[in-house]
Amino acid sequence: MKLAGLLLLLAGWVIVLAAIVLLPPAAAASMAFVLAGIAVEILGLVLFAQTHLPAGSRSNHV
Amino acid sequence: MSNTPEAGLAIAFVSILLTPFALGGLAFINTGLNRTRSAAHGMLLCLTAAGIAALAYFAVGFAVQGIPGMPGHTFLMGRREWDWMGGESFFLRGFNLDTSSASVGVLFQFFGVALAAMIPVGSSAERWRLGACCASTALLAAWTYPLFAHWATGTGWLAQLGFADPGGASWIDGTGGFTALAMAWLLGARRGKFTPQGVPTAMPGHNAVIVVFGCLLTLPGWFGLNIAGAFLFGGAQPAQFLSIALNTLLAGVSSALGAVLVTRLRFGRPDASLSANGWIAGLVASSADALYVKPAEAILIGFIAGVLIVFSVELLELRMKVDDPAGGISVHTIGGLWGVLAVGIFGRLGGSTAQFLAQLVGIATLLGFVLPSTFTLNWLLNLVLPQRVAAEAERQGTDLFELGAGAYPEFVTHREDYFQR
Repeated sequence: MKLAGLLLLLAGWVIVLAAIVLLPPAAAASMAFVLAGIAVEILGLVLFAQTHLPAGSRSNHV
Repeated sequence: MSNTPEAGLAIAFVSILLTPFALGGLAFINTGLNRTRSAAHGMLLCLTAAGIAALAYFAVGFAVQGIPGMPGHTFLMGRREWDWMGGESFFLRGFNLDTSSASVGVLFQFFGVALAAMIPVGSSAERWRLGACCASTALLAAWTYPLFAHWATGTGWLAQLGFADPGGASWIDGTGGFTALAMAWLLGARRGKFTPQGVPTAMPGHNAVIVVFGCLLTLPGWFGLNIAGAFLFGGAQPAQFLSIALNTLLAGVSSALGAVLVTRLRFGRPDASLSANGWIAGLVASSADALYVKPAEAILIGFIAGVLIVFSVELLELRMKVDDPAGGISVHTIGGLWGVLAVGIFGRLGGSTAQFLAQLVGIATLLGFVLPSTFTLNWLLNLVLPQRVAAEAERQGTDLFELGAGAYPEFVTHREDYFQR
């Protein structure tokens, strides 16, 4: 799970980089892809954070 | 780095001399929010982290960051040249320190990296070994900080996209804040901070007076950071330095008042430590946008930072179960990210979609590159050099265990039954 969270963080960044390399700057598509990349990063962050919860609280939070 | 005119360079140099106040203020805040048993240790960690950061930056970090306009490492992708790393020599060899803007910029970076290095100290307080802290700081100052600072300033690929953050809300506070988060995760919470059911217990700091004094001390330091950064990396004109100082002040005070207001409404009384955190968060946010916004906008940006910080501290402690004694993760990460985003919303850089996009890419890079890389580096370091102190050190306090003497030897301020087991 920890590795998956870490990989999702990186994958989100790669999506962002791909958007600015492949798409014209300031286009709506660029913005959409950058936002999508950040959403993937947030997903990774949540997953990563969950792996660091104390054992007793894992089922109730985040 | 912009070609700074002589008057601007003189203002930048004088401003850099103010930045040690930010270091002193942060050290006071980090220490005041510790318990008494780890006060001397906390102060010493701040001192050594700043020292190791400066030395590591001198030895390696400068070579990684390089000087804009000088030969660096680039590659071509998508018909664009990506300047991703500096190409200078180690130990500043071959670099002529004179009165040029490049030299003044290098001097600025020594204080910037020292400030970034002190952020994780507050978040890892009372459980971070001194030797491990030095090694971790060396990694931050030699690799993570200079690499991201290279990207975000001068001819770096982020700066070429239009990313604007002259005062270092992202490359000083963002890198420091995300390293603090990585360390808080790696080290785990202090013993007794959370019950077996995961309910947090209160471990209040030992001296609110030095915390608030630290806040006041950071103000001239942040004047220095924001004014020097604006001239060296933002192309500010000499006539703008008063407005930068005013925006910095307004962001800080409105953020503190925002935190006072929110804590008053939520808890019935203002909370001193959260309000102090709010003050710093406003200053951090202003680092990105003090050059670009009007005073009224600085007030709004600061106020929002102060409100965000209260909720962020709660989210980290209550939901994510992160033990952050000094609140540095929220202050420097959320404050920094908000400041960077605010440039895209309020900034006078065309106010275009392209500007907003560039700021988002900067935020995505902090999240998607800086956090994973700093976590991985510290995880690897932890395999060869365990970073958390022994259980006995937490029971005694790191002052006695690591230093052999407490900060306040004439006072007995805790008893054995204070500890949760």
